[in-house]
Amino acid sequence: MMRINDEKQEFTITAYTENHVGLLHRITIIFTKRKINIESLTTSETEMEGVHRFTIAVTESEEKVAKVVKQIEKQVEVLKAGYYKKKEVVQQELALYKIPTESLTDGLEVERIVREHNARFLTIEKNFVVIEKAGYRRETKALFDELGPYGITEFVRSGRIAVSRQEFSIGKEVEEVLAKESVQQ
Amino acid sequence: METVTLTKASPSTKLAQRMNGAEAVVQILLREGVNIAFGYPGGAIMPVYDALYDHQENIHHVLARHEQGAIHAAQGYARASGKPGVCLATSGPGATNLITGIADAQIDSTPVVCITGQVASPFLGSDAFQETDVIGISMPVTKWNFQVTRAEEIPEALAKAFFIAKSGRPGPVLVDITKDAQFEEFDFQYEPCTSIRSYTPIPKPDLQKIKQAAELINSAERPYILFGQGVILAKAETEFKSFIEKTGIPSAWTIMGLSALETNHPLNVGMLGMHGNYGPNLLTNECDVLIAIGMRFDDRVTGNLATYAKQAKVIHIEIDPAEIDKNVKTDIAVLGDAKEVLTELIGLVKPNTHTKWLQRFEECAQMEHEKVIQNELHPDTDILSMGEVIRIINNKTGGDAIIVSDVGQHQMVACRYAHFKHSKSNITSGGLGTMGFGLPAAIGAKLGAQDRTVIAVLGDGGFQMTMQELATIYQTEAKVKVLLLNNEFLGMVRQWQQLFFDKRYSSTEMINPDFQQVVKGFHIPTKKVTERELLEEAIEEFINYDGAYFLEVMVGKENNVFPMVPSGAGVAEIRLE
Repeated sequence: MMRINDEKQEFTITAYTENHVGLLHRITIIFTKRKINIESLTTSETEMEGVHRFTIAVTESEEKVAKVVKQIEKQVEVLKAGYYKKKEVVQQELALYKIPTESLTDGLEVERIVREHNARFLTIEKNFVVIEKAGYRRETKALFDELGPYGITEFVRSGRIAVSRQEFSIGKEVEEVLAKESVQQ
Repeated sequence: METVTLTKASPSTKLAQRMNGAEAVVQILLREGVNIAFGYPGGAIMPVYDALYDHQENIHHVLARHEQGAIHAAQGYARASGKPGVCLATSGPGATNLITGIADAQIDSTPVVCITGQVASPFLGSDAFQETDVIGISMPVTKWNFQVTRAEEIPEALAKAFFIAKSGRPGPVLVDITKDAQFEEFDFQYEPCTSIRSYTPIPKPDLQKIKQAAELINSAERPYILFGQGVILAKAETEFKSFIEKTGIPSAWTIMGLSALETNHPLNVGMLGMHGNYGPNLLTNECDVLIAIGMRFDDRVTGNLATYAKQAKVIHIEIDPAEIDKNVKTDIAVLGDAKEVLTELIGLVKPNTHTKWLQRFEECAQMEHEKVIQNELHPDTDILSMGEVIRIINNKTGGDAIIVSDVGQHQMVACRYAHFKHSKSNITSGGLGTMGFGLPAAIGAKLGAQDRTVIAVLGDGGFQMTMQELATIYQTEAKVKVLLLNNEFLGMVRQWQQLFFDKRYSSTEMINPDFQQVVKGFHIPTKKVTERELLEEAIEEFINYDGAYFLEVMVGKENNVFPMVPSGAGVAEIRLE
């Protein structure tokens, strides 16, 4: 057995799919069956009308990820699936931080922190403000740590979204499949 | 991957007809060529059963005695006929009782279309009477499933269901139809499904890969073929035989591939796996090129992967991309339908004979014969063996029968020793190992191959899991021959306890009922044999009787199945005793 392949690392799995009730479950049970933890899962529309996209973040060995991706692609409503290593994608997460408005009135510290982190105020209400920050996990975490002393009353972070660094991703292959289909009809 | 273009089915009439959802279900079954369905009625599927009442001439509904029996019968039907089996059940417990059979069909790639009733759509999620989330429950074990809540969804859902079940690598599908959708009137029209844009049932073979495979085969000194059910599912038996005859390559089968090649073919070297033949296991680790065709390197075939065929280059001919490199790393993967790939490959391989290499298999067979087979088929004690019963059956049927086995020792003995002349003749639960499969599957097999003799080979354990289906035999008048090899033990588990658990026979001895009395109660002719002198005559009557017949043979209580690759050991560590 090759040890290198066994090492767990961060992967982003992408699946282009039909928009079908229950497909989310069908995909997640592929992970459950193998006791693989999904770190985040996001579904969205894609550049193609009617085609949806799953973006799934996992930390696993490449061998396991490759097998899981084949099982995902095997599902009837999945058009194409693939996986990327960390360096093969441009990725972001979105975080929201709610802190008491009074934290701002004690000086300019919070404003400075928000500016330095390239974050922004989404809303300023009488009792609380909401700060938004997009970035890597470590960046949203860093802002969390700095805002901590000012009293974060609510925090939420989205799942990872990512696009590949290749000029043409598997989305291109999906387009070809769809083009062929429309010719046939 | 490109989609292989499937021939468009002839367009059905475009004229819409007004009918309710339940009638539409039946109309679709008729248009899909279904003339038999297995099932069990109940509240939420009643409208469909009501519609079936008007079509009894065209659709024979087989009333099982438990939904598990219905689905196994549908599986047996599919395996014997090559057509999808259809299974009907009600919501809740009706649907959940199907799950074992669905899981079995999934792992053994059997095309089955399940139609379940569901509570009316306004009640979904309310924990209504007999409501269960069958879509959620069946999702991990179906190739595809779908819930219908409006009648107008029925045609497309069922068209897809049939197409998905039987195309590519076949499998079970389930369509769950709410009761209100069954009652709802709509304008029905039907068009069979011939393609789905997100689904590639048959990858188009890469000619370059086929060329590489041919080169490797042509240069091989000790090539070895492992074939599985893919050969049968692709209807590639003829091409397969031409291929091995041209190349002269010894070929061994998985139990799912059994009967794709006749037993007495000179290149048929026998059975793979844990209780397979000696040579086929041992020589896996001596071949230089391993050619796997339509098989998936199940752990019961490979044993310990760390010592499996490490010396060999591996060619894997397979329809399902997810099987490539799943268990065994492949050097050349040829994706595609076995028939298509073999047709191409035959043109590229050179005629050859591997006399010396075949001789190795012959030597191993000789050794196995002396140490195991001789005594199994011709015991030198008074105790009857399972093997000798199968031997006499072979003599009486000439290898023409369909053998349906359950799970356990008798299954291994049946697969090892039964003779086959025709494909689709060995029906057994391979991947899931479902006890209780045999009896109902034999009913389905008989109804799917009416002109064939169908023999259910059962153990006393598995028989008691679905023995109520004797009533189905009686009611349908299916001429199933039921052979019970009774050792009053859960024999395979007992064998493991003997070998690996210090003979601690924990809950494996069976204090059984009087099966003769039980079977008489089901109005089926029955006989029990305890002595060798009476065996041959009893089997003769069993085979020749015009109708269902039950034969119980008392066999050695503590006989073991050998050879054996112990759990966790490599194929070369196969034990003859």
